[in-house]
Amino acid sequence: MAAIKVHGYHASTLTVMVLCCLNEKEVEYELVLVDLPTGAHKKPEYLALNPFGVVPTIQDGDLTLYESRAIIRYLAKKFQGQGTNFLGSTLSEEALVYQWCEVEGQSFNPPALSIFSQIVFVPMRGGSTDEAAVEMNVEKLEKVLDIYEERLSKSKYLAGDFFSLADLQHLPCTHYLVNACGKGDLISSRKHVNAWWEDISSRPTWKINFT
Amino acid sequence: MAAVKLYGPLASTATSRALACLLEKQVEYQLIPVDLKKGEQKKPQFLAMQPFGQVPVLQDGALTLFESRAIVRYIAEKYAAQGTIGLLGKSLAERAVIEQWMEVESQTYNPPSSFLVFQLAFAPLWGIPQNQAEIVKNEKKFSKVLDVYEKRLSESKYLGGDEFSIADLSHLPNTEYIVKATGKSELITSRKYVNAWWEDISSRDSWKKIREMSKAGNKK
Repeated sequence: MAAIKVHGYHASTLTVMVLCCLNEKEVEYELVLVDLPTGAHKKPEYLALNPFGVVPTIQDGDLTLYESRAIIRYLAKKFQGQGTNFLGSTLSEEALVYQWCEVEGQSFNPPALSIFSQIVFVPMRGGSTDEAAVEMNVEKLEKVLDIYEERLSKSKYLAGDFFSLADLQHLPCTHYLVNACGKGDLISSRKHVNAWWEDISSRPTWKINFT
Repeated sequence: MAAVKLYGPLASTATSRALACLLEKQVEYQLIPVDLKKGEQKKPQFLAMQPFGQVPVLQDGALTLFESRAIVRYIAEKYAAQGTIGLLGKSLAERAVIEQWMEVESQTYNPPSSFLVFQLAFAPLWGIPQNQAEIVKNEKKFSKVLDVYEKRLSESKYLGGDEFSIADLSHLPNTEYIVKATGKSELITSRKYVNAWWEDISSRDSWKKIREMSKAGNKK
C-alpha cells in the first residue's frame, strides 16, 4: 500500500498538525516539500493539486484532499480502529468534537491568526504592525479564552475527557501565539487553559517537530 | 412535541443553515425564536446553553449542540437513513471531498461574503456607517474565490461530486443574501456554472420552505 503523500512545508504549523495526526494514528506517510519561501505553492504544479494555493494537501491513492481540518477529519474516520481515538465513542461525543472544531475555526483562529499576521507576517513583508489591530484581536481572544477556561475547568479536554480532533486543531495557532507572538500570557494566566495547553503541546507526536 | 429543538431567528444565516439540514432530513423539529435585537442571546438562560452567546443551538434529547456546521454534520449522520440520502457521500473518499468544501465554505467563502452581507444589507438598515474601502477589498477577495468555484462547478455538478451534499447546503444562507439583498447578485449570476449551481440548490424544497417561512415571518 502506497504511503499517504503530504504536500507541505516543515515549518507550516498546519502541515505539522496533519503529520501529528498521522503519527497519532500510526499511519505511514511521505512528506513532499512545497517550498513556500520560493513561492512553490503558487506555481501551476501545486495549484493543480490545490487551486487555493495553500498547504497542506494530501494524496491517498486516487484521493487528493486539502484543507487541514478536512484532512484530519478524513484520517480520523479512515483509521478509526487504530492509534488515538479522535472522535469519541458515541455519535453525541463525535458531535461535541465537531462543535469544538468549529469553535476553533470560527472563534479562536480568526483573532489568533490576525495577531500572528500583524506581529510576524506584516513586518516580514516590510510593513509595520498595527498595534490597534493587535489589541482589538487580543481583546476578542481573551473573551474566547475565558469561555475555554470555564469549559476546561469542567472537562479535561474540549469535547470531553478524551483528546480529540478539537484539541489537535488548536495546536497550530496556539503554538504561534505562545512561541512566535510573545502572547503566552494569554494561555499561562488561565489555570485550566494552561494545564490543557501544557498537556496537548507536550504530546510526543507534536513536540518532536519543534525540537 | 418534537424532540429536536432549534433555537435561533430564521434571518440568521447560521440558523437557516441548521434548519435547511433538518428539512432535508425530514426531522421533526421545533424552531424557537431568539430575539437578537433584545440581546436574548446574551442572557444567562441562553448562555447556559451556548456560552459564546451565538445562535443557533440544537437540543436533541440529552444533547445540547452549537455551531451550525457541527449541527449539520450531526443531523446528517444521526438521521442518515431518512430524508435526502447521501448528504455525507456514499464512501469515505466522497465524504472527505465534501468535508473539504465544507471547510472552504467556512474559511474562504464565508468571511468575505458575510462581510459584504453585513455591510450592504444590514448596516444601512441599522444605521451603521459602511466601510467602502473594506467593501471593495472584500468584493475582490470574494470574486477570486468564486472564480475557483466556477472552475470546480464546470467539472462537477455539485461541490462534493455528482450529488447534493452538506457542502452545497452550507452555502445556501450567505448566497441567498448576496443574491437578494446586497445589490451584488451579479457576483453569482455572471458566472455560468456558479449560477446554474445556485439556481439548482436554491430551488430545493428545503430552501423553498425556508423562503416561505421568512416571508410569513416578515408579514407579522
